[in-house]
Formats: sequence, C-alpha cells, structure tokens
Amino acid sequence: MVAELGLFALILALLLAVAQGTLPLIGAARGDVALMAVGRSAAYGQLFFMALAYAALTYAFVTDDFSIAYVANHSNTLLPTQYKVSGVWGGHEGSLLLWVLILSFWSAAVATFSRSLPREVLARVLGVMGLIAIGFIGFTLFTSSPFERLLPAALEGRDLNPMLQDPGLIIHPPMLYMGYVGFSVAFAFAIAALIGGRLDAAWARWSRPWTAVAWAFLTIGIGLGSWWAYYVLGWGGWWFWDPVENASFMPWLMGTALLHSLAVTEKRGGFKNWTVMLAILTFSLVLLAAFLVRSGVLTSVHAFAVDPDRGLYLLAFMAVVVAGSLTLFAWRAGKVGLGGGFSFVSRESALLTNNVLLAVSGAAVLLGTLYPLFLDAFGLGKISVGPPYFEAVFLPLMLPLLLLLCFGPRLRWKQDSPTEQLWRLRWIFAVSLVFGMIWPLFVGSWSFLAGIGAFLGLWIIGSSLKDLVERLLPRAGSRQTLGTRAGRLGRSYVGMQLAHIGVALAVIGITFVLGYDDERDVRMAVGETVEVGGYGFRLDSLERIQGPNFEADQATVAVYRDGQRMTTLRPQMREYFSQDQPMAHTSLHRGFFRDLYVNMGEPLPGNAWVMRVYYKPYMNWVWAGVILMGLGGFLAATDRRYRVRVRREEDLPDEAGNLGGTSGVQPGGAA
Amino acid sequence: MKKRQKRLLLVVGGLAGVAVVAGLVLNAFRDNLVFFYTPSDIVADIVPMERTFRIGGLVEDGSVRRAEDGVTVHFRVTDTAVAVPVVYHGILPNLFREGQGVVAVGSLEDGGVFRANQVMARHDETYMPPEAAEAIKRAQREQARTVSHPEGY
Repeated sequence: MVAELGLFALILALLLAVAQGTLPLIGAARGDVALMAVGRSAAYGQLFFMALAYAALTYAFVTDDFSIAYVANHSNTLLPTQYKVSGVWGGHEGSLLLWVLILSFWSAAVATFSRSLPREVLARVLGVMGLIAIGFIGFTLFTSSPFERLLPAALEGRDLNPMLQDPGLIIHPPMLYMGYVGFSVAFAFAIAALIGGRLDAAWARWSRPWTAVAWAFLTIGIGLGSWWAYYVLGWGGWWFWDPVENASFMPWLMGTALLHSLAVTEKRGGFKNWTVMLAILTFSLVLLAAFLVRSGVLTSVHAFAVDPDRGLYLLAFMAVVVAGSLTLFAWRAGKVGLGGGFSFVSRESALLTNNVLLAVSGAAVLLGTLYPLFLDAFGLGKISVGPPYFEAVFLPLMLPLLLLLCFGPRLRWKQDSPTEQLWRLRWIFAVSLVFGMIWPLFVGSWSFLAGIGAFLGLWIIGSSLKDLVERLLPRAGSRQTLGTRAGRLGRSYVGMQLAHIGVALAVIGITFVLGYDDERDVRMAVGETVEVGGYGFRLDSLERIQGPNFEADQATVAVYRDGQRMTTLRPQMREYFSQDQPMAHTSLHRGFFRDLYVNMGEPLPGNAWVMRVYYKPYMNWVWAGVILMGLGGFLAATDRRYRVRVRREEDLPDEAGNLGGTSGVQPGGAA
Repeated sequence: MKKRQKRLLLVVGGLAGVAVVAGLVLNAFRDNLVFFYTPSDIVADIVPMERTFRIGGLVEDGSVRRAEDGVTVHFRVTDTAVAVPVVYHGILPNLFREGQGVVAVGSLEDGGVFRANQVMARHDETYMPPEAAEAIKRAQREQARTVSHPEGY
C-alpha cells in the first residue's frame, strides 16, 4: 500500500514539475502575471509530494517491507534503525529519489527566498528548475522506480552493503547532493538571464548566494566522502583520483571558478558571458557526474547496478540540457557588453587568472577521466589513467593558483601597483618563507613539497590575517568602535577569508601527509611490537566479539611513544550475518599533528594477523581546511547586501524592454 | 599604441601559457597511461618491460601461497588459457579468493613474474572486475579460433 502511495506521489510530483516547467515560462514570455505565479505554488506542491514519496520509502525501510524490491535489496530486519533510515539512499533508486527531493527542496527555497526578485525573473528561474525536475523525476519513474514490488515478498532483506553502514556515509550523499543539485539554481539563474536577455550586476548578485551555498555543500560533501574513504576503506588513502571522485571534483573546480567569476560580474559588471558559460558548464559537469555514476560505465565503490536504459536516458538528458543551453548562449550572449576595462595588475586580472587555472585543471581532470572510457566504448583498448597523471598535472597548476591567493584578494579593482602590494607583504613573505622551510624538519627529513606547502600556506594565512587586522584597526581620525568596524567587514568578506585560510590549512595538510606518511603491512603475533612513524604498536590480544548484525575478530593494539602508553586501538574484521563478505573495520586515533591507524588483514597461523599500520601526519588539517572552506561559503551567502539590495532593486522599474526582448540588455558596471 | 602593445603582450602571454599547460598535460598523460594486458599477452611476450600495466583474470585454484613473513603472497592469474605468476607484498582485498576475478597493477620482472603493487578484487558478491572478464573472453575467443581451425574446412 505504502509503495503505491509513494509511486502515486511521485507521479503527482512529475505532473507539478511539468506545470512548473512550462506555465511560468509562457507567462514570462507573454507578461501574464497569473501564469507566472503558478511557478511558486507548483514548486511548493512538488516539494510536498516528493517529501511524501520519500517518507513512504523511508516508512517501508523502517517497517521492513520486503515486498518492495528496493527495500529487500538494501535492508534487513537486523539493521540498526539509523541505517534503515539512511539505507534509503544506499542504492541507485533511493539515492535518486533523495536527489529529486533535494531538487524540489531547492526549487521551493528559491520560491521562498526570492520573493523580492522581479516577477519575470523568478518565473523563469522556477520554470528552468521545473524543466530539470521533469528530467530527473522522469528518470526515476521510467527507469529506476524504488517502489517496484517484489512478488512473492522476500522473507528477509539482503542487507545494506556493510561499507555503507557508517555515520560518515549517513551524511555524505545528502551533503553531496545538496551541492550537486544546488548548482542547478545557479544554472537556472543563468538560463533565466539568457532568456530574459538581461545579464547584469543585479543578476550576478541574485545568483551569487545560491552559488556560494551550493559550493559550500559540495565542498563538505566531497570532504565527507574523502573522510569516509580514509577510514572505512582502510587503504590509507583519502583521495584516489578514482573516476567517481573526479566526477564530483570537476563540478567543484568549475563551481569554484564560477564563484570567483560572479564576484567580477557583480562588482564590476565584467566577465558576463564567461560567468554564464561557467554556470552552464558547472551544471553540465553535475549531469556528467550523474551519468558516470549511474550509467554503469564505471566500476567502483559508487557504481550502481548496470542498466543500459539508465545510461541512455541520462546521456540523452545531458545532451538536451547542454545543447539547449549552449544554443541559447550562442543566440543570446553575443549581445552583452564586456564591462569595465581593467589593467594588467588588478583584482579582475587576478580573478581571470584564477578562472583560467581552475578551468584548465578541470579540463585536465576531464581528459584523464573520460579518455579511458572513450577508448573502451569504441573498442580501442583498455587503459587506465592513474594518480601519477593527475598529480603530475595538478600540482604544477595549483602552484601559481596558490601564489596568486597570497596577494590576489588584496589587489584593488581596476588597477593596482604590484610592487606596492608585494612591498606591504614583505615581512609576511619573509617570515612564512623561513618558517615554511624549517617546519618540515620538525616532521621528518626535509621535503621540497612539504616546504613549498608550508611556505604557501603560511603566506596565505598571514596575508589573510593581515588584511583582517588592517580593517579592524582604527583609521586615523575615525571614532568607530572595534565592534562597529567588525560589523562593517561584511559576512561576504569574512567568508572569503575563512575559505582562503581553509585552503591554506588543506594545502599544508596535503603536502605534509604526502611527504611524510608511513604505511607498513606486517605480520603481528600477540605480544609483538611494530615501529611505525616513531610509534610502537603492540598487539596485546585477539578476541571474538558480537555486534548487532555481525560477529568480528577484534585485535587490541597498544600504542607507545617513547615508552609511554598513548592509546589503545581496537580494529575489527567483521562478518555480517547477511553477507558472505568479511569487512575490515579500521581503528583510528586522531590527533592534531598526526593520525595513527590499524587495520586487520588476514589471520595467519600462530595467533597472528597481517595488519596494516599507518602513521598519517597532519591529516586533520586537511579536514579542518575543508570545514573552513564550507563555513566560509555558507557565511558569504548570508551577507546582508544579498538581502537588502535585492529589495531595493524591486522598486526600480525594470519592465521596459525586458520582457522577452533582446534590447533590454543593460550595460554592465554597477561598480 | 602602448595599449595595443599591452594587449598584444597579453594575448601572446596567454597563448604561451596555454601552450605550456597543454604540453604539460599531454606529456604527463602519455607517460602515465596504464595499459591493460592479459596473461596470454604476457606469455606471448608483447608487454613492455619496466612499465606499469594492469593484468586481469582469475586467481588460479590452489595457487595462493603465503611466504614465511606472512605478508608476501604468491599466486597465479589465469585467463583460462595460460597463467602467470604474481607476487604481492601486503594485505589482499577482503574478497580476494581462489577462482575469483582479480585485477592487478604492477610491472613485469625478469623471469616473467608480475610484481603487483595493487591488487583489486570484486567488491560485492555479484561483481566481476570487467578487466578480468575481458581477459577470459579474449582467451576463450583465441582458443575457439585455434581449436576450430584444424578441425574445420
């Protein structure tokens, strides 16, 4: 019964998406206020029915309704309740349902928070989002319904993949999807602007907070995925340049470029075409990611069951979206002015360089990810492109980007003096160079990579803090209190600095862990000690333990440093009752300067196991950096000017020539 | 005039930058492609020495042997026509089994032993690494051809 209810709700959501995707667009073209108003109600209705469908599936999971094929395949009566709830997105169909739910959530959010947008703009944005929703709800209904019945019903479910039974994985997909799908808002704004023929600073200002929020979610989502891989897979790595990771990384790179390009469009009216192009590309890469993961062309931890129909549908959908939006772009974008001029050394040119570097990095990742797939698809051979390629390309591209980050944010718009800026940063430069070069010596033998990483990281943090302090210090003749000055900083500015400091922390962490991690696969018998990264690991005992839905071998490993007992690690090798696959459960000791971790491999004769022992210096700096980046994004999105100015914009008459006309393109430059 | 020169410099600089990056990317790309070979290819001696590549096939039944240290493992990978010896130092994937599909990344040593630095097995109960399946398919096609030839026409 509940399955049919869910299916019915899904069908109603599709119908509402059709209404949302057509009527407001027609209304905006004709200037029909009633039709335009349909957008908002349809968005709310769609969210309601999607939530109903989603609740129905969750209910089926919690009540162990194994007459639904998807539930039978991804749950089990013994599964702890929190994993039943998160098991909803443990497979292709359910995760797609979550994807669509989030899409309708974003639609409704736009409808709620953009009340002050001009009617036509809101109608077009919601219309485009409705069209996207048609694509994805249709995909769910026609190729991947999670409500398919299983007759006769299974007595017991097959259980959720044990790898997914982990708190990190409860939140990774929702965060990631919030990011992926969030970029559909930036895309919808771009398309709406193209349709309306109005690409100006106001458009960038509306689009920017949405982009920042989506970017922040994607950052956190990717970070969580990496964090999960780090301790659940137990391979000691946190980034494998796996095609699925790349699939999420490409939209991130493009989205980062978009975020920076939007700044120029908002503040200086420049780069408009480029910004629109980036919004289209970012969302296209999101669709590509969905295609790569859901079509079965890839095989990885993430790849869902293979079904050629799904791949075909997504490919066709992607083709329609990309071709449609690029055609629209070619038709409409040519008429847009270039915005204010700028000189060689200015914030614009720094942001332009940032964009070029990010776009090139994205293209390099795309090449390495798609080339093997193309060769395979055309039967030209099986090859793979491994981490060495990505590292060889990526690190040299990031170096100038990070150098730019050291002083770029301090540059003035339009024109600045390079010598003056560098002169002001001379002390920070000198101090970070000296400390950066010395710092690695405290971790191990000197490494060039770690030295550069520490130097750049310190320089970025130093110049960010210097900028902050300068703005907080009282100016001559000013009587503002510290509180007032802090209030005047603006969340957008503070968010930017936070995110940049996050980048710096992540760079330090990444270069240190790359340079100094230590991994040892060893035979450990009870009572034996192994030395890794200056720590002693002693296997104290082995025992058999019981979990809710598994049994496990557990090792107790005592960790010593300089003869001092530091902590005890308890890795397990779990056997889940419902699966024939054993699963290693890593035991991790996190610290400010290093992580230690032990993973069980295989039992050996003589009361011994093969164990994998790791020493990972500065790993938490990477996670801290990711969190700061995400927080920075969220903070920037809540800046006051996104709320205040929009309201003022509404008072301006903007009807003239803007209704479907091409003459309404305004010269940019709300400097 | 000065402005035009500046613009020219910008364009030339930009193009040079793009050229450098393109060169960098393509060079790294060429050096780091990892090709796939089957055990039959290795026996036929058509694989490069001193270069990393991937092999795929089934872990031959009864071939897994663990060395004294408990960490080094020897096994043979077969595509059902021929088998090649593989040596690996480290923890094998949880689902590494005799008779199951496996993909290994590494290089060929003197004496025809494949030294793997990464071993991948299926990651759930129904999944066969596509490259393992490919190796077997190729070998069987080859066998079918050599078998049918003497008997046919």
